[in-house]
Amino acid sequence: MGSRTDSRRFKSIGRRELLKLTPVVALGTFAIPKLQAPLLKAGLSFSDWVSTKFFRSGHLAPTFANSEVTPFSRFPINDYDVDDPEVDLERWTLTVSGAVRKPGDYTLAQIQALPKITQNTRHVCVEGWDVIGRFGGARLADFLQTIGADPAARFVSFECADHYYESLDRATAVHPQTLLCYEMYDQPLTREHGAPLRLQIPTQIGYKQAKYLTHLKVSHVLDKLGYWEDQGYSWFYDL
Amino acid sequence: MATRVIAIQDPKTGEGTEAVYEHPFVVRLCHWVNTASLFVLAGSGLQIFRAFPSFGAKIPQKDLLHWPKALALGGWLGGALQWHLTFIWIYLATGLFYIGYQVFSGNFKQVLFVGRDIPAVWPMVRHYFFFGPKPAAREAYNALQKCVYTSAVALGVLSVLTGFAVWKPVQFSWLAWLMGGFHWARLWHFLIMWALLGFVFGHLVMVLLHGWNNFVSMLTGWKKDPEYRLD
Repeated sequence: MGSRTDSRRFKSIGRRELLKLTPVVALGTFAIPKLQAPLLKAGLSFSDWVSTKFFRSGHLAPTFANSEVTPFSRFPINDYDVDDPEVDLERWTLTVSGAVRKPGDYTLAQIQALPKITQNTRHVCVEGWDVIGRFGGARLADFLQTIGADPAARFVSFECADHYYESLDRATAVHPQTLLCYEMYDQPLTREHGAPLRLQIPTQIGYKQAKYLTHLKVSHVLDKLGYWEDQGYSWFYDL
Repeated sequence: MATRVIAIQDPKTGEGTEAVYEHPFVVRLCHWVNTASLFVLAGSGLQIFRAFPSFGAKIPQKDLLHWPKALALGGWLGGALQWHLTFIWIYLATGLFYIGYQVFSGNFKQVLFVGRDIPAVWPMVRHYFFFGPKPAAREAYNALQKCVYTSAVALGVLSVLTGFAVWKPVQFSWLAWLMGGFHWARLWHFLIMWALLGFVFGHLVMVLLHGWNNFVSMLTGWKKDPEYRLD
């Protein structure tokens, strides 16, 4: 050890070492307005892709005792538009289309005829709050079987009476805790909570749990993601 | 680990000084990438926090503090999440690369705080905060520095673990459980961010007080006129 040099050569060693750090400047591309949006979009896509790797189709979300459930009066009501899109509950049907053997209009009674699941699970909002709720409904997996959904179809998408829309990947759609939910706290869904039918997905973030469902479509491609996702939120946001 | 020392002679005046190679390239690269990531993650994290600035129930909601939008990054919740979910991977990759490099190169010995450093911490604290005498420097980092830098790396690891517990409380339910549940994980994540920002603040104060040579050594690797002697 212990070599010698003169001060000019030492300065040039320093400059060379400093130049090696130029890759750090690449992070500055995030500050360029034109590149920022595509870079962040790519980052979010990468993050969603990693999320799909974390997701385990057989892994169940934690369930809770009745004593741990947040009281119904303290279960928040979150809408993007209106609390009550004035669905005609008497004449309501779920219109099924796409890659299914039995398309058409399904009544609530047909959905309620499927085995009923009741579960106390955590609802996590993207804003950061959460509540433990009690939900009842039919497994989406059972309904997909009823309508003869093509098992090779990759997506299930939904339209809602308030013009909200959502879509799910197949693994999430057939997860045993994913419900077509028609009850909360052992009572029929109230209008603010999405009467007569909403999604309830304990393995996904709150905004995926669309309310006031009117249309269900099974498809191989997606023409749109979801109301919030099309504005820049994660599409695959499993918990 | 061979530490390189150069004796420098000014050709005009003939004066001689010395320089020590303190920071390998990987350490310097990780330091600056991590600096950028940390600010992006803290800024976007605070914007995310603005969406629900509380650690209690949603109903009734008791806000902890109103963080100004001007000191947050992303503009809105969705934008902040994009920044956060993009830079977490840069932060994580940098952290893993750094720790891996330190372990395999043996360079960690320069900075890792170990049991025998404990007795030397108090004299340094006395020097900095209570006008005590300055302990003699024997190596690149004194015991207090080692303690603080090792803690900062530990906080970095915890920031990632608590973050995953908040982001994936179902897939990593065991992580959330370890932290005392989802609410605690979110609170820990928030507190760890402040601890890291506190570290950054102290670190900047020390760099400002202790001068240019330390700052340059994190850029070029070489520290001129070190206070300590290597032989």
